[in-house]
Amino acid sequence: MIDWIANLASWELLALNPPGWGGVLLKGLAVSLQVAVGGYLVGFVIGVAGATGKLYGGPVLRDILDVYTTLVRAVPELVLILLLYYAGTDALNQLMMLIGAGPVDISGLVAGIFVIGVVQGAYQTEVLRGAFKAVPHGQIEAARAYGMSSMQVLRRITLPGMLPHAVPGLANLWLIATKDTALLAVVGVAELTLVTRQAGGTTKSYFLFFMAAGLLYLTVTLISNVAIRRIERHARRGMPAVR
Amino acid sequence: MSSPHTGSESGASQHPHAVQVSGLHKTFGELEVLKGVSLTARTGDVVAIIGGSGSGKSTMLRCINMLELPTQGAISIKGETIDMKPDGRGGLQPANAGQLRRIRTRLAMVFQSFNLWQHMTVLGNIIEAPVHVMGVPRDEAIARAEKLLDRVGLSDKRDVYPAFLSGGQQQRAAIARALAVEPEVMLFDEPTSALDPELVGEVLAVIADLAREGRTMLLVTHEMKFAREVANHVVFLAGGVIEEEGPPDVVYSAPKSERLRKFLATVQ
Repeated sequence: MIDWIANLASWELLALNPPGWGGVLLKGLAVSLQVAVGGYLVGFVIGVAGATGKLYGGPVLRDILDVYTTLVRAVPELVLILLLYYAGTDALNQLMMLIGAGPVDISGLVAGIFVIGVVQGAYQTEVLRGAFKAVPHGQIEAARAYGMSSMQVLRRITLPGMLPHAVPGLANLWLIATKDTALLAVVGVAELTLVTRQAGGTTKSYFLFFMAAGLLYLTVTLISNVAIRRIERHARRGMPAVR
Repeated sequence: MSSPHTGSESGASQHPHAVQVSGLHKTFGELEVLKGVSLTARTGDVVAIIGGSGSGKSTMLRCINMLELPTQGAISIKGETIDMKPDGRGGLQPANAGQLRRIRTRLAMVFQSFNLWQHMTVLGNIIEAPVHVMGVPRDEAIARAEKLLDRVGLSDKRDVYPAFLSGGQQQRAAIARALAVEPEVMLFDEPTSALDPELVGEVLAVIADLAREGRTMLLVTHEMKFAREVANHVVFLAGGVIEEEGPPDVVYSAPKSERLRKFLATVQ
């Protein structure tokens, strides 16, 4: 049995140090996680601003935000990534030329965070908009009646009040963000999927490396689920359990 | 009826007129809900505002703390008039957000549907405004909140979230929240209308207790018998104007207007 497992694959290829590729995979995972976390946070900031803009903004702002969320959600993410990555860096370089500076080299990491952030922002805008609307108006009214400023109402009442309604949607988007990072392989960001392909290509042990990468993605999801459950329990503390 | 009450230290509280409403108009679109209402509540008064549905009584109460912005008219609390300016659409808006926030902390509103903050415990709800709006030290606010919980009979519920309480308990918690800001005037907006009949009594008992200690209160209510017992002044609103007002015994026993007579006949 042990022999069988040992012969199934060249396990030594997963060693952390060369000639093993384990270290490379873990570094790729680290890049993936950085892009996911960074993009998700950028998306959250866009989402809060977008949701507030859609709910309380003027007609022009609302139209602009509608165009943004519709476009981003309509175009396949792979196309968006190619578009934003190449067109985005191209536009930035043209701009730099225009102001007389030389072309800049944009790191794949930063570009990746930007791209994932723009995509996440559109989806989070919609999730948060729904959650904001789920906070009973009476609670906001009570906060104003007791002398809170608009910022205090947002921080003390609206944000914590909408959290239970937002957590399921936001949790989904987090899991999507962790896997969307794989799409960045097409533009050459050295994240987990790209380095896995390199490892497989070099050693011809495709099965081994893609299984290893799959397990790493699964681990991220399982750990995320534990954290999400905790956050959800905390957010729903004031709500009776529905069984 | 102007017995001094505990809990208001500022000199302004000596002003004889706790609330002055003058020439209040409120229009929602085409509908004119208030058509020039003027009303004065002296310090220590318990004013009951009665009237049929749609008579504008809740709207009037909500204009006092500017939850509803009047189209015309002025509101003064303890002699201080809330600064207003035209909003450019034929109505008014607050001219000084800081002043409005300060005045709001001297008023306390109890809502029909309680409006407790669902993500905070009962204690959290009570100390929220004192700690985060008025800057009372947390320990002090908690000590005071515990006394208030004791007073409304909810000491054992201090760490419970509102959704786990009955309607009557939630409304008593909301009254404790109102008392925690040591208000100079309490505004009750139909505080028992959302309650099951068997829970009305416990809330009315708390309100009657507050009336007895000489608090200034404006009370919009459908509880006619209760209004007669606790109020020293009854205001009858009909069609957006004050149709009749006076001491409860006079208003209830010898109504002068036909509308009030009809109203009393239908509710009693």
